[in-house]
Amino acid sequence: MAKSSSVLIKRYTASDRLNHWTVAITFMLLALSGLALFHPAFFFLTHLFGGGPWTRILHPFAGVLLFAGFVGMMLRFWKLNRITDDDRQWLRQVGDVIRNREDRLPPVGHYNAGQKYLFWTMVVCIPLLLLTGVLVWRPYFAPLMPIFAVRLAVLLHAVAAFVIIAGIVVHIYAAIWVQGSVRAMTRGTVTRAWAKQHHPAWYREITK
Amino acid sequence: MALQTLDIQRRSATTTPSPGVRQTTEVAKLIDISKCIGCKACQTACMEWNDIRDEVGSNAGTYDNPRDLTENSWTVMRYSEVEVEQGKLEWLIRKDGCMHCADPGCLKACPSPGAIIQHGNGIVDFQQANCIGCGYCIAGCPFNVPRISRKDNKAYKCTLCSDRVGVGMEPACVKTCPTGAIVFGSKTDMIQHAEARIVDLKERGYAKAGLYDPQGVGGTHVMYVLQHADQPELYHGLPRDPAISPMVSLWKGVTKPLMSLGLGLVALAGFFHYVTVGPNEVGDEEEEV
Ligand code: HEM
Ligand code: SF4
Repeated sequence: MAKSSSVLIKRYTASDRLNHWTVAITFMLLALSGLALFHPAFFFLTHLFGGGPWTRILHPFAGVLLFAGFVGMMLRFWKLNRITDDDRQWLRQVGDVIRNREDRLPPVGHYNAGQKYLFWTMVVCIPLLLLTGVLVWRPYFAPLMPIFAVRLAVLLHAVAAFVIIAGIVVHIYAAIWVQGSVRAMTRGTVTRAWAKQHHPAWYREITK
Repeated sequence: MALQTLDIQRRSATTTPSPGVRQTTEVAKLIDISKCIGCKACQTACMEWNDIRDEVGSNAGTYDNPRDLTENSWTVMRYSEVEVEQGKLEWLIRKDGCMHCADPGCLKACPSPGAIIQHGNGIVDFQQANCIGCGYCIAGCPFNVPRISRKDNKAYKCTLCSDRVGVGMEPACVKTCPTGAIVFGSKTDMIQHAEARIVDLKERGYAKAGLYDPQGVGGTHVMYVLQHADQPELYHGLPRDPAISPMVSLWKGVTKPLMSLGLGLVALAGFFHYVTVGPNEVGDEEEEV
């Protein structure tokens, strides 16, 4: 795309992007290695990690990396994800969102309500995955835990993993669906037109 | 029947049926606690036959040695001193180990295909070559039996000597027991044998004598004759109504296929949204600005 830099707006710094992709890569590794043990239908995924035992060994270490990375993202983006009344209205009109009728929605700021609720889902799920993951982590921690805690943890871990993976599938699809979004995280910039159409309140704020 | 244990009835993390045409006899080991003298010959025979040696531990003030099951001790004698009647001390000695449940929680929990199998004759066996060391079997077991080795991160437990039973022999512990407290045969024969023993015990004043073959796990292929069947807890905490924990059933039951389906549907919904509604592109006049 031959566009002059004047039509481009900065959305993410290099450090934001580095942080995001560290989390994204570790997340992919975790989702694939976790699903491998989640249901026999996915067991073939263990081949990506060098077999069953390696999948079991690597997963929790990737989890610790993910958590460390996510703490960074949490600190960066916490303030931008406060839920407002406009967000609640946006959510009520989710039908318009799905039908691409953005003009009918309340003006969206830096993030729309969908993005914000995904952020808060991650804020709940990732620490929960870390906590429950550590409880069932062999050989280091699980042998020290009472059996009741291990049983509960492994159940919660599976449920939290389901929620967060479903959330990330939506997140990835939204990036493809809303054209011109991916470059925000790969190049750090978006076009003015993109900002004006999808995040008008944010656009006004940064151009005033 | 010779080599009948080669038939596999159930396999962990496998969603299609295992070969199941041949009808093989269900076996069982019956442990008559009233006949056990606590000599530990069975514990030793188990070590010998299976080539496992535990560390020499320390004395904890009881005869239990080692103090718990380990990856190197697949059976351990548990000594309980109880007074069921005031002033009448009883020494209850229970041979602890895998119960070979008909509905094994370990097998249900295991995520690795074929790491746990159930033979046609009912024996539950761990196949260490397929074990990934996740410890889910430990969460699944209602009897706290499987142990993971620190040396190789594989799970171990009693095999009911599947290698011996497969060639028509009795388990090593049965062979060695000097009092005949442990017997082995078809499950129906063992239940009959137990019934005769229970009649005898009742005549000798143990009014509550009975068979321990808990139905919560579908019955077991290791059964006990208990003098006090109404109080199994007396025998070093033998569970009264063992069953797979509801948390494990929930985790491994309908939730997983449903969640897997859910993930597939979410991805599919995205795809169909794209090909019907289409991408959200920046409008033409907006691009002009
Ligand atoms: C945050 C730190 C995390 C830790 C410490 C952790 C640890 C673990 C451990 C110890 C297991 C058991 C198998 C094994 O030992 O490898 C496990 C299973 C699993 N993990 Fe994680 N994990 C973490 C994050 C995640 C995340 C972010 C996801 C989702 C993307 C995930 C998805 C799963 C799944 C699906 C399973 C299989 C659960 C089952 O069999 O029901 N984990 N995890
Ligand atoms: S006693 Fe435990 S290890 Fe043995 S078959 Fe039952 S659940 Fe599995």
